[in-house]
Amino acid sequence: MTDATASLAATDPRARAEAGIRRQRRIALAIPAAILLYLIYIFFAFDLPGLASRLRVDNMVTLVSDTWSYKTHVTRDNRSGDVEVAIEGERQGTYAEGAAPDWVTRDGDVTEIRLAPDHLAVFDGGQVRYDVPGYGLVTAEHDGRDIALDTPDGTVPDFISASGARVDITTHAGRVSLTRNRNEVFRYFAGWELFFFTLSSPYHGHAAGEILFGDRIDPDRSNIVGAWQDFWGNPMWRHADVAWALGETILMAFLGTMGAALVALPLGFAAARNFAPVLAIRFAVRRVFDFARGVDALIWTILLSRAFGPGPLTGTLAILLTDTGTFGKLFSETLENVDTRQIEGVRSTGAKPLQRYRFGVIPQITPVLLSQVLYLLESNTRSATIIGAITGGGIGLLLTQAIITQKDWEEVSYYIVLIVVMVILMDTVSGWLRNKLIRGD
Amino acid sequence: MADLTARDIDRAGDSRSAYLALVRRRQTYSFLLLIVFVALMVSGFRIANDRNAGGFVDGLPQILDFPADVVSEAWRNAAELPGHFLAFLPALIETVNIAAVATLVGAIAAIVLALLSTRGLARWPRAIPLFRRIMDIMRAIPDIVIALILIFLMGVGPMPAVIAIAIHTAGALGKLFSEVAENADLKPVEGLQSVGARWLQQMYLGVLPQIAPNLLSYALLRFEINIRASAILGFVGAGGIGYELKNAITWGQGQFAESAAIFILLFATIVFFDQLSSAARHRLAHGKGAL
Repeated sequence: MTDATASLAATDPRARAEAGIRRQRRIALAIPAAILLYLIYIFFAFDLPGLASRLRVDNMVTLVSDTWSYKTHVTRDNRSGDVEVAIEGERQGTYAEGAAPDWVTRDGDVTEIRLAPDHLAVFDGGQVRYDVPGYGLVTAEHDGRDIALDTPDGTVPDFISASGARVDITTHAGRVSLTRNRNEVFRYFAGWELFFFTLSSPYHGHAAGEILFGDRIDPDRSNIVGAWQDFWGNPMWRHADVAWALGETILMAFLGTMGAALVALPLGFAAARNFAPVLAIRFAVRRVFDFARGVDALIWTILLSRAFGPGPLTGTLAILLTDTGTFGKLFSETLENVDTRQIEGVRSTGAKPLQRYRFGVIPQITPVLLSQVLYLLESNTRSATIIGAITGGGIGLLLTQAIITQKDWEEVSYYIVLIVVMVILMDTVSGWLRNKLIRGD
Repeated sequence: MADLTARDIDRAGDSRSAYLALVRRRQTYSFLLLIVFVALMVSGFRIANDRNAGGFVDGLPQILDFPADVVSEAWRNAAELPGHFLAFLPALIETVNIAAVATLVGAIAAIVLALLSTRGLARWPRAIPLFRRIMDIMRAIPDIVIALILIFLMGVGPMPAVIAIAIHTAGALGKLFSEVAENADLKPVEGLQSVGARWLQQMYLGVLPQIAPNLLSYALLRFEINIRASAILGFVGAGGIGYELKNAITWGQGQFAESAAIFILLFATIVFFDQLSSAARHRLAHGKGAL
């Protein structure tokens, strides 16, 4: 731009406005363009095109179906010929001999399994028959090392997968599978299995009203006590352990936050410009805060778990150290914004320094500090879950264990629900407390 | 006149004793509250101590052992450190990228959610409670939960962490953005409405320019938090520097120089982005001249 046009632009308001609009328009275009470029870079850096091939659909199906339903296995051991009925195939969910559910009937070597009113699967010795409505009778039988499959039309339809050593028949009512070692039938039910009582408990299969008001079921114990003991000690869902884990997580958050606040309060005074006249101390304390925050909970957790081992104490101390930095910074900023007139007023009555703090400063900052403490308590409930997953304590540990075993997704969903409820509860309580304390009623 | 004064004195005496009683009651309450608090802290600490693998008293003398080992080994192999820094730089960039993308995507989603759940601006005013609940739930689910499930579904990689952090960010920023948007001046919106602008145009031209500096400031603060979250999620299997740290730690003795290099990188990155974002936020709040 030459001097002439520059002076023209400076004097002519129209030209100036147009230049301004042009600049605005360039910025308005440049920002989305920069974001787009960055996202394109990420698209390739994170290998998004390859994501589709890595996506494991079967895992997704297991997860979703396990979350809302469970299956009961009817298994025939092909070596011994024994037939067993077990919920989710687990030891604790195995029905005792002769106590099978009413949809399984046994008569010598023949076991009839009713998957749905019109679906009937039969174990007859080593042979499996499944009468599929609208298709016909499917028979499968062991023939040496292979399995012989017989269908009404002689072909293998979509819902059957058959290879030499394995046959799977999947319908909406259930699944039948044959391998060399065992023949199995799965029937699916909605809900979470044995959530209240396992099969070993005498209270299994009784309604709540029956337990509360009905006759005594277990002669040794009163119904309510016995039901509570069996529910609390449920060996599959381990309610007592889960409750402990939740308590541990909340404990880590509470102790860590409160401990950090207690440590940070005196340090906050030492870092506030209007309370600590010595620059060197102020500078040193502030660097301590920066260091504690910068090291971050992850590194603190690793360092501390070397000394204290896994558990809630390690998590507590990690939160305490990180948040001492956060609180120190927040507190010293609050203290620097304190209204000096109130302190002057207290001083004018002849108060000594300590009294000036007590009556001039503390009442001013208490609501602000409390609200900061409660806010961090909320966020630390989440952090404690995560730290628990790293250091081995609380509900975070249970969750990671359940996910790593990749088996009991209903437990994973249970833990997730509990975590979300816990977090929302803590948020609500702390919000309520904050209102109560700050409004002062 | 005389008895009136007497009554006044009486009343003053009454209010004085009432005031003192109030003060005493408050002091009693505060004292009780203090006792409850101390009891909670002490018993809580004892429970945590009992349930921990190693006790507090036993562990305290060992607290410096591990850092001392790491520092001494790193010191002996100080010549290798620059090489380690270079080797872990790609992982560090991945961690920062995870945080950046998650913040970007989360913030964009948060703007939409916030505008949809702000009184006076919402496209469908009746759906405001719905969008607010959605944000509450997004905020409540810890990112590690979503990340672990997504790792199971898509395998180890940065995407699970990005999605997990972005969901949490959208919920957390959405709430803050909505509070900012509530204070926006509605006159530009009315002006745009009167010339027939659609909802999207009203928001883009009328509301966003007003609240952009505040949004940017909150988003930067969130970016700091997300870098930390991204490192932690890496530790549980989402890639980046956290994953390298886990490997280095697991290998133990002999690899401490690598651990030290990662510690230093992570610390420096967190401090760097904290300073950068606080400088940027300061500039946003106090105008261009201040820095």
